[in-house]
Amino acid sequence: MIEQQRTKDYDTISSLADDARMRQQAIGVRLRQLFDDVVNEPVPEEFLDILRDADKRSTEGS
Amino acid sequence: MLATSPAKHIHDTLGDEEFKRELVALIPHLRAFARTLTGNPTSADDLAQDAMLKAWDARGSYQMGTHMKAWTFMILRNQFYSDRRRSWRQVQLDQEAAERTLVAIDDPASPLALDELRLALAMLPLEQREALILVGAGGFAYEEAAAICECAVGTVKSRVSRARRALQAILDGGAYERDGKSAGDAMAAILADAERLSSAR
Repeated sequence: MIEQQRTKDYDTISSLADDARMRQQAIGVRLRQLFDDVVNEPVPEEFLDILRDADKRSTEGS
Repeated sequence: MLATSPAKHIHDTLGDEEFKRELVALIPHLRAFARTLTGNPTSADDLAQDAMLKAWDARGSYQMGTHMKAWTFMILRNQFYSDRRRSWRQVQLDQEAAERTLVAIDDPASPLALDELRLALAMLPLEQREALILVGAGGFAYEEAAAICECAVGTVKSRVSRARRALQAILDGGAYERDGKSAGDAMAAILADAERLSSAR
């Protein structure tokens, strides 16, 4: 009887732990997606223009 | 050592080309990191552009072959904090604007779960948010994240685990309400989405 109760407690604890792990995994997947969505956006032309101008300035300046 | 010999100059030019190629490849990652720091797409791109230019100007001090991604992230982060200090009066307004923007991005095509996560993320203290993003999404090891944030490895570890717990509590416990829906639904949506994603694979 006591043994049974104990097993049940362990089961509850481990299923709670599984549940928490699953939630964390789900959040982790979403977090990466949130970040990767921006990574996968096309880079605005402005970035390359700015870098090209800076490169030109440093070549002409030296 | 201001004078450069012709040979040195040729070497530098070749180095510049390689450096530029690597820097261009990192722009998408800089934009993503900036977006999570500012929470606002426009100021994020301003920040990412500033960081890119700073990195370009500092290319002489970069050691080829070392972790360039971590180096540029550190530059971006420093830029972010120095902008913040300079415009401390602006911070509160920015925060409010960022929250409005985050709420306003109610793209029907974007899954509910992502919007909710974005909101929950914006509620975390900055130091926890940046640690979690670097380790949980940016692909950095704890040691690298510690170098970027200029703090101890143990500090990063505890910030990441506090951030994870806080996120879950926000998404689980309805720390906020939106459209009359409690945030408990947000966790349910995230779980359902994750299940769909993993079964689709």
